[in-house]
Amino acid sequence: MNEFPILSLMTFLPLVGAALLLLLRGEGEAVQFRAKMLALLMSGLTFILSVVMLLNFDPTEADFQFVEKRIWFENIGISYHMGVDGISLFFVVLSAFLTPICILASWKSVSKRIREYLISFLMLETFMIGTFCALDAILFYLFFEGVLIPMFIIIGVWGGPRRVYSAFKFFLYTLLGSVLMLVALLAMIVQTGTADIPTLMGADFSPHMQLWLWLAFFSSFAVKMPMWPVHTWLPDAHVEAPTAGSVILAGVLLKMGGYGFLRFSLPMLPDATAYFAPMVFGLSVVAIIYTSLVALVQQDMKKMIAYSSVAHMGFVTLGIFTLNIQGVQGAVFQMISHGVISAALFLAIGVVYDRLHTRDINRYGNLSKNMPIYATVFVILMLGSVGLPGTSGFVGEFLALLGAYKVDTVTATFAATGVVFGAAYMLLLTRKLVFGPKVNDDAAAMSDMTVVEKAYFLPLILLVLWLGVAPSYVLDRTAPAIESLLVQYHAKLATEVEPNIANVPEHSQEHVQMNEQDQMPLQDHAQKHGMGE
Amino acid sequence: MLKNMEWVNKMTALNWVTISPLMPEIFTAVAGLLLLLVGALRGKSSVPFILSAVLATFFVASCFLFFGYSDIRPLDTMGGMVVVDGFSKWMRLIIFDGLIVSTLLLVTWLKDNQMYKFEIPILYLLSGVGMLFMVSANNFLALYVSLELSSLSLYVLAAINRDRLDSTEAGLKYFILGALSSGLLLFGISLIYGFTGSLFFAEVGGILSQMEMPAGAMVGMAFVLAGLIFKISGVPFHMWTPDVYQGAPTPVTALFAIVPKVAAFGLIIRLLTGPFLSLHEQAAQILIFVSVASMVVGAYAGLAQENFKRLMAYSSISNMGYALLGLLSGQPEGVAAVILYLMVYMVMVAGVFAVLMGLKRQGHAIENISDFAGLGKSSPLMAYSLVALLFSMSGIPPLAGFFAKLFIFQSAVAGGFFTVAVIGVLASVVASYYYLRVIKVILFDEPIGEFDHDCSYSRKVVMVGAVAFIIIFTFVPNYLLDQAQLAASSLFQ
Repeated sequence: MNEFPILSLMTFLPLVGAALLLLLRGEGEAVQFRAKMLALLMSGLTFILSVVMLLNFDPTEADFQFVEKRIWFENIGISYHMGVDGISLFFVVLSAFLTPICILASWKSVSKRIREYLISFLMLETFMIGTFCALDAILFYLFFEGVLIPMFIIIGVWGGPRRVYSAFKFFLYTLLGSVLMLVALLAMIVQTGTADIPTLMGADFSPHMQLWLWLAFFSSFAVKMPMWPVHTWLPDAHVEAPTAGSVILAGVLLKMGGYGFLRFSLPMLPDATAYFAPMVFGLSVVAIIYTSLVALVQQDMKKMIAYSSVAHMGFVTLGIFTLNIQGVQGAVFQMISHGVISAALFLAIGVVYDRLHTRDINRYGNLSKNMPIYATVFVILMLGSVGLPGTSGFVGEFLALLGAYKVDTVTATFAATGVVFGAAYMLLLTRKLVFGPKVNDDAAAMSDMTVVEKAYFLPLILLVLWLGVAPSYVLDRTAPAIESLLVQYHAKLATEVEPNIANVPEHSQEHVQMNEQDQMPLQDHAQKHGMGE
Repeated sequence: MLKNMEWVNKMTALNWVTISPLMPEIFTAVAGLLLLLVGALRGKSSVPFILSAVLATFFVASCFLFFGYSDIRPLDTMGGMVVVDGFSKWMRLIIFDGLIVSTLLLVTWLKDNQMYKFEIPILYLLSGVGMLFMVSANNFLALYVSLELSSLSLYVLAAINRDRLDSTEAGLKYFILGALSSGLLLFGISLIYGFTGSLFFAEVGGILSQMEMPAGAMVGMAFVLAGLIFKISGVPFHMWTPDVYQGAPTPVTALFAIVPKVAAFGLIIRLLTGPFLSLHEQAAQILIFVSVASMVVGAYAGLAQENFKRLMAYSSISNMGYALLGLLSGQPEGVAAVILYLMVYMVMVAGVFAVLMGLKRQGHAIENISDFAGLGKSSPLMAYSLVALLFSMSGIPPLAGFFAKLFIFQSAVAGGFFTVAVIGVLASVVASYYYLRVIKVILFDEPIGEFDHDCSYSRKVVMVGAVAFIIIFTFVPNYLLDQAQLAASSLFQ
């Protein structure tokens, strides 16, 4: 299996589809239909490949799998290096899973310049999968930044009334953060002579340099995440983007920030990570509480979900920077779960938006009468978003909070209140939308979900429930990679802070044996080392 | 006296071995004079013939260069006035490509605009000869003469549409300011000659490296650099650029944007790695200022532009700032990055102008950005080509413009110029706003009228070629990268 370039195939298959779409000539219904079928076929094939990859993934292996390495830029240390480990595996699958759903969701609702629309989505898929597969820093940056082009066009061409403003804001915000990361990457490449991520993970940077590099990476990932206070592009982008654009934005693009922290900041810059972890904790708690409160007063449904995304991403940053196994496992799981739930929620809003063309909460009411299936779907998703045990949302939040509690009880307590606020606004939305009194006749006359809509909600709902009751499928596969990441992180930190600690090897052995998320926690927190410096 | 004897000795060494590497220039110059004769005798009717003859000349001469001469060791020729090495070979190839592309852009424009002046292609050719000698100059006199040959032709070209006010204004402005910069250059050269006693690059470099504190020569260097920075429109000598870009006929603007800057940059590189090598620290201070100022001014001033040609002028100012970044470290890698940057930049600009010249409504050329509205709907090929080129110019991966900037920044970071690099990337974010604005008008805005369906074959070749280049470069970058590195390393032997 290792001989077969499955990652490259998955990355570039959508691009081939985009090229084929370019060749498609003519206008009219028939051509539009053919274009949609072609795009669906290409993204569907990619998804099948991703499932094949998932089934062939060795869950006990912590190292990168399906590795491909080819010469790209000779003599400069930049190569075409792809591979996935437990951390990136599910993001790849998620990207490949959501794209065909997006194409299905746009089947009827988008009619203007459909060919360009589909090309943009296929390009986007290439860049998303590439970002998570890339094992070369420049290759990663290429995909990471490349995402901006199709997303800018998607928001700008097929978006709502303020699409131009939102598209610019999205583009410039993320670009500004990312170019600083580029300088940091270049500084690392210049020092080590290679852009290879596994090699860079083993490299040592002086603590002083780490601080600057970390801030540069943070500027990029925090914007992408988005963390408070640089989150303001997200509500605008979400509100104006077409439904499928929001789905990808919430489902995958937001995860790139968290993935970046795990891939770059933690393993490469451990001292700086320990140093800045309290700051990230503070920002995460502010994000969780503040944006939850903001979400509570929104009248626009998409904006409400957008703010809830910021809050949920707060749990992710919280979990990542606990730097213990529960926290990071929780963060990764929360990202995957949020990728499914928030994507589904945006799709659900898209369903009613397609019928009534408004996102104002007050225009809707009592949909459980005329749209019973829709109401059921929405309530399940709402419960998932709130984090009810039995749904995927619970596992991630719980683990992240557990990890945080071990490091800092005060932070964990404040963050836990965010869960209550989360329940408040989601229940409010559900009450107004699905239950509550009948407000408008046109809202009451809306028809229930069509077959296509049911078809793409079914796998999403099943996933939410399945991940909720059987999270170990994901957690088992992410565990080895995360453990080895944390072992390396703590070993690096320990050797650099106190070179003579005798019990480091014992700890490492202990960690290697751990397989389940609920086993022994890491004994020494990064926090203490960070504070002790 | 001794110097003169040496010179005579070198003159006598003129023979086939030393002259053959200059075949492309000689061929081009002779062809130019013959074509001038043809034009003078036959008048207007000879324009199509001259145009194709000029194209053929460029093509044949570049083939001479590409296939006929593989040795990249430095070779002095013409009595030491000119040096032929890997750097000059590659730079001349770039210049030839730029000339071919700008002549291609000229082809249908002459017919469309009833500009049957046979002088235009010949002036392209003569300025080309000047530029070819610029990148191989090995003596300050040769530098000055070749620079003036190319500049004088360009002054005339800027004003070629003499019945139009803005064209004459452009020509006049360019000429007056250009003459001023030539004055600065000459003053600098005379200072250098006064303090070192030589005009040959190698000798000047040798003498300067032995001097403790060559204050006079430093001032001279500053003046010479000022003169050349004018040519590449670096801040603070950039004032002419927007007016000349806007006023000159569009194909001439394309020529200005594509080729002369490469040649002037070649000259700067040669000076910094040759005679001024020992003054690198002082030169770097000048370069840092010009580079930062160009990036920032180019980015911010471009924000307010409504005219696309003016926008391209500011974009070129900021791009030259980026290219200068690569020279700060004084390392071969930096020079290679600059060569690559110039190549990629040239291709992108050529593509952008190819699209711009094809945009017309009711026979009138479009220059205002707001008039691009709806291009995405009416002619998708042109629209998406322009969009790809503009994304590439703003340095967004995965297009070639990103890699060009990447290597520039890498060399700056490797040299320890972190602050400058950070200012550079931030300025690139600001600049990306105005590229995005054009993209927004093309793709997002509703059409305000029909575009003429204008299919010029030569323009389409340039446009599609440029887009193919910026995409394919990402996948197979190594040939150009190797060539740029070879060219750069030949300067550091």
